[in-house]
Amino acid sequence: MARAAFVLVALLAVGAALGLVIKKNVIHGAMFLVVNMASIAALYYMLGAEFLAVAQIVVYAGAIMVLFIFAIMFLIPGKDETGPDPRRWQRALALPLGALLLILLLAVVAAVRGTGPPAAGPATSGALYRALLTDYLLPFELTSILLLAAIVGVMVLAKRRPG
Amino acid sequence: MTLPPIAQTAVAAFVLLNVVIGLVTYVTLLERKFAARMQSRIGPYYVGPHGLLQPIADALKLMMKEDVVPSSADRWVYNLAPIAFLVPCVLIFATLPFAPGLGLADLNIGVLFFLAVSSLEIVGLFMGGWGSNNKYAMLSAMRGVNQIISYDLPFVFAALVPVVLAGSLQLSAIVTAQQGLWFAAYPVIGQLGFIAYLVATLAAENRVPFDILEAESELVAGFRVEYSGMKFALIQLGEYAHIIATSYLGALLFLGGWLGPGPAWLGAGWFTLKAMLVFLLLTWVRWSFVRIRVDQILAISWKLMLPATVLLLLVTAFWVAWRSGGGA
Amino acid sequence: MTVPDAWYLGLSAVLFAIGIVGVIVRRNPLVIFMSIELALNAANLALVTFGARLGSPDGQALVFFVMAVAAAEVGVGLAIIVVIFRSRHRLSVDDLSLMRW
Repeated sequence: MARAAFVLVALLAVGAALGLVIKKNVIHGAMFLVVNMASIAALYYMLGAEFLAVAQIVVYAGAIMVLFIFAIMFLIPGKDETGPDPRRWQRALALPLGALLLILLLAVVAAVRGTGPPAAGPATSGALYRALLTDYLLPFELTSILLLAAIVGVMVLAKRRPG
Repeated sequence: MTLPPIAQTAVAAFVLLNVVIGLVTYVTLLERKFAARMQSRIGPYYVGPHGLLQPIADALKLMMKEDVVPSSADRWVYNLAPIAFLVPCVLIFATLPFAPGLGLADLNIGVLFFLAVSSLEIVGLFMGGWGSNNKYAMLSAMRGVNQIISYDLPFVFAALVPVVLAGSLQLSAIVTAQQGLWFAAYPVIGQLGFIAYLVATLAAENRVPFDILEAESELVAGFRVEYSGMKFALIQLGEYAHIIATSYLGALLFLGGWLGPGPAWLGAGWFTLKAMLVFLLLTWVRWSFVRIRVDQILAISWKLMLPATVLLLLVTAFWVAWRSGGGA
Repeated sequence: MTVPDAWYLGLSAVLFAIGIVGVIVRRNPLVIFMSIELALNAANLALVTFGARLGSPDGQALVFFVMAVAAAEVGVGLAIIVVIFRSRHRLSVDDLSLMRW
């Protein structure tokens, strides 16, 4: 049962990822990315990481996607990727190299399969909250400073200067 | 004969889905009757006794209408948008515990799940606006995304006040924590939180006075202007389902959910009654105020609601820490 | 039947490779950006899988930080793309050779 659910969600994730890379239309790409993010959230839930599943939906499907959509709106899609490709052979090379990367990664997964400690089961969400506010307190606080810096940076960058 | 667990869940989900659709259909009648009373009219009256069959007539009418697809529409996006809009709006009902043990999934992060999934409706909203390839729909979708993002933050902070008071993200635990004192009656903090919740709900649901994305005089009918027939019905259904779900959440967070006098099986009834009260409160505001401008809406969110709700949440957190003796 | 960890890792590898290929193949900076997000998410999935295997919250904590950094990165990155578009009115990474020797 769990395996069937996994295969279903995994197919959805891979299909959406391929759609993002293959389809020319940027808006369609953004929609594919939403599907991909949502299916990864489902996988987090299956792995017992409930909090991350919800955070994934809020952060990616809610916030980051809206940013992308606004940028796409602003940038008038459809005027790029037309005309001859100046670096055609480089891009053609990307496919075999990507396949090679995939084979290497899968070889690593196959090599480590079955080794390591026995499965301990997922940590509870409570353990995550405790870890974030004790062991990881400093990075946690630094994250807020990073986000603040990002907000200020974006405002400075995007502000139209007079004249 | 007992069904396997997955089949039981499927049956329960099917029942819940149909109850939600029926409830939402009849809530439109409630709203129209209520609005009519406020304007000294009678409202729907001719279909069935006191207009009781009006929602069914409306649904039949929408089903029989021709389904028009604009020739220049982005077909995939246009056709998928109503579904993308409806699914999250109905999905959020899955976490609501209607009575002790009566609910689909009482997640231990129920509040977060509700907030996260309910914010997903902007994807469908945007798809509808973009896919229609209509300037009014596009403008409306941009306004809507802007507004929903702006008011999601105060909404979340207001909804977190009862969470901090109850000390749990689980919806059923929040209800049990209100035995004795509903959070709406909690001195100062509760009332402020409830008011903030209502205002943020109005804005996040695009209800008057915050309905700039369907402002009839400017944008025809907003992002659904090109939709007709069943697709229009799906969008309308999703919109009302979202408002009802948010009313239920408000009743649960601030008005004690299923708590009430009488035997336990009355719980779901009390819960629905309170949710309808919240809904009528929102409707009352809708028929009492005029629409405000875009810049005013955004200014209210970022300059007033957000700082106020953050401050309220901080005060609540300090109060809870001080009372439990844990803090300084 | 529970799902073996290797399946999650395999899926993570596939998504990561697709993301990398997307970065190289596409010419639109927005799609390149989305492909980077894809690869980041694949890495996150692997982290959560390892965390679940070890029964420790560290994997999830790392993913939490990755999400926060990704949000900041997308905000700043998109702002830069918008500024570039404003001054050059083209949106193809092949044209952006101003800072290249």
